[in-house]
Amino acid sequence: MITVEGLTKRYARTVAVDNISFQVQKGQIVGFLGPNGAGKTTTMRILTCFLPPSEGKATVAGFDVLEQPMEVKRRIGYLPETPPVYPEMEVSEYLSFVGKLKGLSGPNLARRVDEVSERCAVADVRHKLIGKLSKGYRQRVGLAQAIIHNPDVLILDEPTAGLDPKQINETRDLIKGLAGDHTIILSTHILPEVEQTCEQVIIISKGRLVATDSVHNLQNRARGAETVLVEVAPRDSAPFEQTVVQRKLEQVAGVSRVLLRDASPARAVFEVESLKDKFIRGDLARAVVESGWNLNELHTTAMSLEEIFLQLTGSEPAAAAAETPGEAQ
Amino acid sequence: MRNVGIIFKKEIDSYFVSPVAYLLLTMFGLIFGFFFWNAVSYFVMVGIESQMRGGGGPMNLNEYVIRPLLSNVSVVGLFFIPMMTMRLFAEEKRTGTIELLATSPIRDIEVILGKWLAAVALYGCMLLFTAVNFAFLFRYGNPDWKPLAVGYLGLLLQAGGLLAVGTLISTMTRNQIIAGAATFGVCLMLWILEWVSGYETAAWAQVLAYCSVITHFESFAKGVIDSKDVVFYISLIFLGLFLTSRSMESLRWRS
Ligand SMILES: Nc1ncnc2c1ncn2[C@@H]1O[C@H](COP(=O)(O)OP(=O)(O)O)[C@@H](O)[C@H]1O
Ligand SMILES: [Mg+2]
Repeated sequence: MITVEGLTKRYARTVAVDNISFQVQKGQIVGFLGPNGAGKTTTMRILTCFLPPSEGKATVAGFDVLEQPMEVKRRIGYLPETPPVYPEMEVSEYLSFVGKLKGLSGPNLARRVDEVSERCAVADVRHKLIGKLSKGYRQRVGLAQAIIHNPDVLILDEPTAGLDPKQINETRDLIKGLAGDHTIILSTHILPEVEQTCEQVIIISKGRLVATDSVHNLQNRARGAETVLVEVAPRDSAPFEQTVVQRKLEQVAGVSRVLLRDASPARAVFEVESLKDKFIRGDLARAVVESGWNLNELHTTAMSLEEIFLQLTGSEPAAAAAETPGEAQ
Repeated sequence: MRNVGIIFKKEIDSYFVSPVAYLLLTMFGLIFGFFFWNAVSYFVMVGIESQMRGGGGPMNLNEYVIRPLLSNVSVVGLFFIPMMTMRLFAEEKRTGTIELLATSPIRDIEVILGKWLAAVALYGCMLLFTAVNFAFLFRYGNPDWKPLAVGYLGLLLQAGGLLAVGTLISTMTRNQIIAGAATFGVCLMLWILEWVSGYETAAWAQVLAYCSVITHFESFAKGVIDSKDVVFYISLIFLGLFLTSRSMESLRWRS
């Protein structure tokens, strides 16, 4: 649905996007992930024909953004970083204006305005001035205008930025609900967002592509070694000393490292890392119990995308990018 | 064409939903009314004097009232133009709604035409508003309506040119105040250029005087449609709108 090849965008002083290539299949929901200034907005602006690329090629639904911008624009719904709303318009007036811009008219237009108002939960404020709406409502009006013409592709730039947690959840659910009908690219600098909303993730940093893979694969890939959190407490009269417990844990087969996380006379919490491809939870539990202590808690902490992200963008970004094929799961 | 209409309607609505349009209409109406009653009073005074001196012959309303009035209004218009165009693109750039327009299946030139036509229409409303005054003239006097119509056409053409310039300037900044001030400066320049012809007859002075929007209005004020002046205003409109579309494009390539 979307192909990007060798895309580069240079501003006067900076290279905002540097030789990026990726593909998005029809119906996918893809997270575009990177810290501030990574070049997410710039890439999205190129895809929506707002900015021309300096080099490279981008096509949407088979149409080139430079050669057939009108065809691309017809098929795209775009929510920029700040919702492009007119504060002096009423919600329904605004949606109808955008609908007309996108080529809708007559009863079809009226129907779509009603539909998207319902879908984006702005029907109750349809006769309010947009300037008087809260940030959350304004964001949803922004979403509503993006889908008014039922576009094949939805491009959402930081759709949850600046919202409170409740609004973030509502917006995420809304986006997930849209996933079936549209191909969606959404950008974010917040990692859990991608984990919760997206199937695919494209990670960029400083304008370069760092990784593109399914969220599932990425998590698995980074979880080759597991991290286990163990909470140990003293029982009866058995001697309880952190250093002793720590040494005991270190002796378990397959353990590479033990870190003390939290300690008090009543309990001690350790973070235990395994060697690659070793499963240590059973052995850990047995070691604790056999030493006469209580095992209060034991669970693995799945490596979050955050850690993956740091791993990828931190120590060895070039290698990570090279070995990551960009295919669907 | 349909797209031009969509933008046109949106701009007209936004003029009239805010106090801007009403403020402009009122101020323009008041200033015009002031000029009008001044001209009429002067006309009456001169008329009485000439009768007391025994001079005869009916005096011409067109020459004594309408012509100076139209000339004054063409200058007053220069002060109103910036207020009508400063918002057009600067505000869309500031709030980011320009991204909506630029990523919708609508051509730049359609956006530009819609906005410019809305400004011209508002100016047209302001002119219509002033027609009330002339109702009195026609009620109590007997002026010739044709020169008046020509004068109004001239005012509209002149405003069209200046509004195109204002639209162009509005694409260059995201700050309304800067757009307004710059447009005001340019309008003022286009007016006072004419003054050089008062003391200088060299070719450069003639070129400068030619560029003055006011000199081209004189024929209209007299009730004469001079094709030379019509061509000037139409060219100004085309140039202004063409440069606006270039400006939109180049902003996109640069930023
Ligand atoms: N209009 C512009 N002119 C010059 N530099 C820009 C412009 N827009 C963005 N940049 C620069 O390009 C880089 C990428 O920006 P952006 O695409 O907005 O990143 P993101 O959306 O990921 O935060 C940043 O370093 C930013 O300063
Ligand atoms: Mg951004």
